Amino acid sequence: MFKIVSKRLLAPHIYLMDIEAPRVAKAALPGQFVIVRVHEKGERIPLTIADYNAEAGTVTIVTQTVGASTRLICAKEEGEFLLDFVGPLGMPSELVNETDEQLRARKILFIAGGVGTAPVYPQVKYLHGRGVKVDVIIGAKGKDALIFQDEMKSVANEVFVATDDGSVGFKGLVTDLLKDLVQNRGKQYDLVVTIGPMIMMKFVAALTRELNIHTIASLNTLMVDGTGMCGACRVSIGNEIKFTCVDGPEFDAHLVNFDEAMRRQNMYRTIEGVKDKELEEKDHKCKIGRDGK
Amino acid sequence: MANKIPRVPVREQDPNKRKTNFEEVCFGYNTEEASLEATRCIQCKKPRCVDACPVSINIPKFINAVSEGNHADAARIIAEDSSLPAVCGRVCPQESQCEGSCILGVKGEPVSIGKLERFVADYSRDHNVDLGKPGPRNGYKVAIVGSGPAGLSCANDLAKMGYFVKIFEALHKPGGVLEYGIPEFRLPKERVVKHEIDNLRKLGVEIETDVVIGRTITIDQLLNQEGFHAVFLGSGAGLPKFMHIPGENLNGVVSANEFLTRNNLMKAFDTTYDTPIYIGKRVAVVGGGNVAIDAARTAIRLGSDVSLIYRRSEKELPARVEEVHHAKQEGLEFHMLTNPIEILGTDTGWVKSIRCLKMELGEPDKSGRRSPVEIPNSEFNIEVDVVIMSLGTSPNPLIASTTPGLEVNKWKCIVADDQGQTKREGVFAGGDAVTGAATVILAMGAGRKAAKAIDTYVTKKFKK
Ligand SMILES: Cc1cc2nc3c(=O)[nH]c(=O)nc-3n(C[C@H](O)[C@H](O)[C@H](O)COP(=O)(O)OP(=O)(O)OC[C@H]3O[C@@H](n4cnc5c(N)ncnc54)[C@H](O)[C@@H]3O)c2cc1C
Ligand SMILES: Cc1cc2nc3c(=O)[nH]c(=O)nc-3n(C[C@H](O)[C@H](O)[C@H](O)COP(=O)(O)OP(=O)(O)OC[C@H]3O[C@@H](n4cnc5c(N)ncnc54)[C@H](O)[C@@H]3O)c2cc1C
Ligand code: SF4
Ligand code: SF4
Ligand code: FES
Repeated sequence: MFKIVSKRLLAPHIYLMDIEAPRVAKAALPGQFVIVRVHEKGERIPLTIADYNAEAGTVTIVTQTVGASTRLICAKEEGEFLLDFVGPLGMPSELVNETDEQLRARKILFIAGGVGTAPVYPQVKYLHGRGVKVDVIIGAKGKDALIFQDEMKSVANEVFVATDDGSVGFKGLVTDLLKDLVQNRGKQYDLVVTIGPMIMMKFVAALTRELNIHTIASLNTLMVDGTGMCGACRVSIGNEIKFTCVDGPEFDAHLVNFDEAMRRQNMYRTIEGVKDKELEEKDHKCKIGRDGK
Repeated sequence: MANKIPRVPVREQDPNKRKTNFEEVCFGYNTEEASLEATRCIQCKKPRCVDACPVSINIPKFINAVSEGNHADAARIIAEDSSLPAVCGRVCPQESQCEGSCILGVKGEPVSIGKLERFVADYSRDHNVDLGKPGPRNGYKVAIVGSGPAGLSCANDLAKMGYFVKIFEALHKPGGVLEYGIPEFRLPKERVVKHEIDNLRKLGVEIETDVVIGRTITIDQLLNQEGFHAVFLGSGAGLPKFMHIPGENLNGVVSANEFLTRNNLMKAFDTTYDTPIYIGKRVAVVGGGNVAIDAARTAIRLGSDVSLIYRRSEKELPARVEEVHHAKQEGLEFHMLTNPIEILGTDTGWVKSIRCLKMELGEPDKSGRRSPVEIPNSEFNIEVDVVIMSLGTSPNPLIASTTPGLEVNKWKCIVADDQGQTKREGVFAGGDAVTGAATVILAMGAGRKAAKAIDTYVTKKFKK
């Protein structure tokens, strides 16, 4: 059992929780994730580690309610427990293997979308801790859906915001903003790291290929065990099949077959849809679109 | 050497009924049936059955106890060599082990050793037979990685010797393949697996779930920071293989491990669980081992029409004879000497059919089995909407890649000697992690050998 030591609402349908999980907190590195199970009959839900504190023994997760299980997680209150919390899973960001000199020589841009902004934060914070200042683009639907802006500002070099409705920052997609930064505002990058909805990462990858910028994407495939045992999370990376949970979740975005990955994400959609509808009818909450921007 | 009494048949659930439920197929012997079957054993002086049992259970002795009605004694006799009799009595490939060597099998039918073992184990559980207490604590600590049969039996022996034993399990429930792989209808989870694990807890063994060794904590940390004197690796061979044919990533193609895990560990068949599972109208299972048959029979129970596609002939099927027989009764369709070459999909990327080639058997290969050869121009399609890939598994590289000094061979199996000693001091290994996918009883045997070796190691290194 893993205690929820604090919980707060970040934006509509997006909750942050600090979980008491000393072993995970001690081992966690940026880029890794955990798998959470809420109750005895629950699913195993992967969530990226949004922050960790080895001294306090806590791990932060940020969850967006998209379906039945994420809703169950978000319904838990401070002081209550999550039944299972296993991690850290996956490979840490490749950046952790580079020396400070190598890192400082790089011009890195993070592109976050929706709830994906949360997992970008520990990476930016980690790099800040090593004396590396990076830029960040945060994409959101509108002002209300924007999360982690202040946290990000405290550790990033520059934070740019793009909203669909223009209620704050640049009006348009993150890709439009990136184009603007590079083509009109004289920005230069040699590495882009993108975390967000699959469709956003797909378009980011397409643009950075054009711009010739190496790009890493963090994939949120379906998962069951998260330890390399089931293959539910398999993705095509170039000509190879990789398991997101053990080989990833971060991959070279230019090699990812995003269309296949998006299709595979929907494998259980109809089944889940029915279950979700049942739950929704029970508690009358509206369901936010998964594209999160 | 014949025997006048015919082998006592075991009662089973009616095939037409059982293919719609997940209750156990085999009911097992009752007391009368067990007593009668036990009298068939002629109590060989040099029992061939014992040599063929990987953990050398004293078979004539326990059978004799059964024939005399001393079921509790029988249980204690088995317990000297096996800590999972209710499991092995159900899933051991007896026909090629103990029963395969029984002298009665030469001219007639062998003694039903597995069913008797199961009877005794079930009796012992239902009557709370006392199977021994842990030895006094000796002050030494052993960490066990993985809670499958290898880890469980190693833990059992070490606890009895007085060690403090802690098992670390990556999943949320202990049991390994017993819990996530082998289906409920062959091995009941609450009644059998959980009970065996509870027994271990009674011996003082602690189990910490949700810990992935190599990620949450490393072997080095266990040895250097958490004060364990030795480590046993029983992490199994869970990594599924795929065929690398076109269409394998279509929606509707799953590994047997995924399909079985959703249904066993995550109980998708029980609608009170949140687990989704994609149920096809027509399912193709590719492969011929126990895992393939289990996946096929699970799909049948979920309401699908199921075909098994295997590239050799029925004679070469590696699955247990009993299970193949059961599967046939339940309506599994066999496509033998058939090899898939492509999975075809709909416009939206869902499985539509599987394209196969006919095969014929050629010359025997290195393993002695006749290897299948393609028949040219024999392509044909089988219409299916789900394909379950069951092509075998290999050990997960997670532990090896995070443990300096641990050696693996080219199949990614951990290198260990007969006693389980790896190339790394203080680290022992056994079961599927060392041999590649094998059997429950071999994993158990390896766990027990390693327990002995660990005791020897700790005694020499730490005890004055
Ligand atoms: C490595 C990894 C890290 C992740 N990190 C986070 C995180 O930090 N915060 C967060 O809120 N979510 C994260 N996700 C996504 C999260 O796991 C899914 O949203 C969750 O599993 C959905 O479960 P559900 O039962 O609530 O929704 P479901 O009822 O299963 O699905 C609802 C809808 O979401 C879609 N969906 C299902 N699974 C996913 C998925 N994995 N990704 C995207 N859409 C999905 C379905 O197609 C369906 O339309 C991560 C996923 C992975 C694999
Ligand atoms: C579907 C199926 C049917 C089978 N049917 C039969 C049968 O009828 N008869 C028979 O004899 N055999 C059968 N087998 C084979 C048998 O189950 C295995 O040979 C046996 O379980 C191997 O035992 P093990 O302890 O080595 O590993 P496993 O049972 O695989 O257990 C390994 C455990 O280690 C855990 N683990 C792995 N990595 C880590 C890590 N890094 N940290 C922590 N924990 C970890 C895993 O989660 C797992 O719980 C079957 C196998 C399958 C899959
Ligand atoms: S453990 Fe297996 S091989 Fe040994 S006697 Fe029992 S059923 Fe036979
Ligand atoms: S070989 Fe057969 S008959 Fe002989 S002791 Fe073993 S079970 Fe009994
Ligand atoms: S989630 Fe099962 S192998 Fe990755």
